[in-house]
Amino acid sequence: MKLLIKNGRVVDPSQDLDDTRDVLIVEGKIAKIDASIPEAGAQVLQAVGRVIAPGFIDMHVHLREPGYEDKETIRTGCAAAAAGGFTSICCMPNTNPVNDSRAVTEYILARAREEGAVNVYAIGAITRGSQGDLLSEIGDLRAGGCVAISDDGKPVSNALIMRRALEYAGMWKMPVIDHCEDLNLAENGVMHEGYYSTVLGLKGIPGMSEDVMVQRNILIASATGQHVHIAHLSTAGAIAAVREAKRRGVHITCEVAPHHFALTDKDVSSYDTSTKMKPPLRSEEDRQALLAALKDGTVDCIATDHAPHTYDEKNVEYDYAPFGIVGLETAVSLSLDRLVHSGLISMTRLVGLLSTNPARILGLKGKGSLRIGSDADVTLLNPQRKITVDADRFRSKGRNTPFNGWKLKGAPAATIVAGKIVWQE
Amino acid sequence: MQLRSKHLIGIEPLTRDEIQLILDTADSFKEVSTREIKKVPTLRGKTIVTLFYEASTRTRTSFELAAKRLSADTVSISTTASSVQKGETLIDTVRNIESMAADCFIVRHSCSGAPLLLTRACRASIVNAGDGSHEHPTQALLDAMTIRERKGQIEGLRVAIIGDIRHSRVARSNIHLLTKMGAEVRVAGPGTLLPTGIGKLGATVTTDADEAITGADVVMMLRIQQERMDRSFFPSLREFAKLYGLNRERMKRASPDAIVMHPGPINRGVEIDHDLADFERSVILDQTANGVAVRMAVLYLISQAAAGAAGGAGTPTGGAH
Repeated sequence: MKLLIKNGRVVDPSQDLDDTRDVLIVEGKIAKIDASIPEAGAQVLQAVGRVIAPGFIDMHVHLREPGYEDKETIRTGCAAAAAGGFTSICCMPNTNPVNDSRAVTEYILARAREEGAVNVYAIGAITRGSQGDLLSEIGDLRAGGCVAISDDGKPVSNALIMRRALEYAGMWKMPVIDHCEDLNLAENGVMHEGYYSTVLGLKGIPGMSEDVMVQRNILIASATGQHVHIAHLSTAGAIAAVREAKRRGVHITCEVAPHHFALTDKDVSSYDTSTKMKPPLRSEEDRQALLAALKDGTVDCIATDHAPHTYDEKNVEYDYAPFGIVGLETAVSLSLDRLVHSGLISMTRLVGLLSTNPARILGLKGKGSLRIGSDADVTLLNPQRKITVDADRFRSKGRNTPFNGWKLKGAPAATIVAGKIVWQE
Repeated sequence: MQLRSKHLIGIEPLTRDEIQLILDTADSFKEVSTREIKKVPTLRGKTIVTLFYEASTRTRTSFELAAKRLSADTVSISTTASSVQKGETLIDTVRNIESMAADCFIVRHSCSGAPLLLTRACRASIVNAGDGSHEHPTQALLDAMTIRERKGQIEGLRVAIIGDIRHSRVARSNIHLLTKMGAEVRVAGPGTLLPTGIGKLGATVTTDADEAITGADVVMMLRIQQERMDRSFFPSLREFAKLYGLNRERMKRASPDAIVMHPGPINRGVEIDHDLADFERSVILDQTANGVAVRMAVLYLISQAAAGAAGGAGTPTGGAH
């Protein structure tokens, strides 16, 4: 089984490569990269005008199965990932039951092998039931296949538990991913606290509710020498703190979601519940700080926080709607349009944010690189293709996107997992 | 002239001319309530539904009387007596009633944005009777009508709004209206009850009630809710009354002919000293009376906007057609 991708622009930061090449895949592995490879017996995929990148990895996805299959299933979530240009996704543990045991992890991974078009990695819960009190069997979660731990959606409020989690998970070099929010300061808010929350009369979630927790995590990561990863970082204050901590050598990494660099709290103005998520859409000042940090390297990766909900759940009063939006099928186009075509970052940096860095943060062997012998997970991009986002055509069950109808330049062209084309434009 | 929208969601989207139109129309409707037969046929055959998801006495009564004096058929729905208790969504409730040919819904809801949500979900007109901390447009309009009656005009007046600005839809609607009409608005309250960015709405902001009241032509007190105390917005009603309550001593700082307003219901002895609510320059009962006229004007103008072409709903206060 051979696949030959011809005449594409190979962009692979892991080997400092950005040039026109052919890529040969044999038996699910990258076999050869050269200026011209003979076709001899291989299936050929023409890639003129396309970018050939190591497969994109979304390290923050909610697949909802088991427990919330009306919102999404492993099958539909993986199909959405494939259509969005992702070859690997990491699913958060807030399913029902919570993924706080090896049995749940193995169930999810087995279902993903049966039904998933892309690679699925599990993220286990830090605490039992994500209740924030007692550590999960983290060693067993690791043995079952978890690549990180997180109580995502539920911040680890107790600083002692955070310390213990970092020290314990550190034995396996597993990052601890934290949703940073001081729930007392956030006080049941539904949007960013600022001028627009005042005008709209909606309860605010202040930026400081995130900043305080990021600062706390930096202090604990620094004292323990362990790796903390900040999920969906959204404020200027948090970015400044991470930048400074990295300079001091603290083992801290962070991700940013596309909606946080593409939208602001001003977009909540029509009370459209597809603008409701946590952290909330922040101020323009925060958005500018995220853009600067995407450019200067402070941000390690782009992750979607793909959070599907049903139409009925979102078609209610703003206060009553659940937090979260889908992101798998818009992230790549938003990133190409808003970050690359705008001139903010290079294609190489984008591939780093979407592939090389998440693979490194999570220690995913054979991923995030097109080096010879790596897994043949490849994302092809068509940077010039103009698309109009149409939520009705999403593979995801979720239609809850604020980007419906948006015209964007740049899109995935094909998604290849272990040498097999799982999606093509 | 008529309103551009068949809904009234807030003061924010209204133009100065539209506000003027509503106030002028309200002035002409006021006379109807003084007639022996307090009724005009203007909205005969229209069905108006009041849908209140929050307790209210005066606003609801005021809207119902306004609708009845315009000869509309009215239906009242409250949360305790509806399928809301059975878990039906707001949109489903309204669509079901709408299918019985309702023309207009008057909605009060604890969630900001609920009335706007309904404008996207049904064809009937929606009038906001107070949504969360967002807006309470008819309250601001009746306040403006009362100020105009007492002061002749709004432009150039100094208006102090005192109390819980953060949670107040009345404050927001009044700031929008008064600044659009050219008044100087000052808001005062404890730092915990001043929302972020309120100054960008065009009001000057202070934590000192005396400063806000000094030289004011209008002193508007807001209702303070006991439950705010339980969430540490302020330590006690006693201390709140001391710092922000209106009393005769504090009132001396205002302009000598300043009027005192309150949207009600009043916590006597908290926002307003016991004797000051009944003070000669208190216009609190005028506000309530004007509420009916303002709501008649709103219902009439909304119905006219829904009918489209001018003249569709006839002359406002004329006799039987």
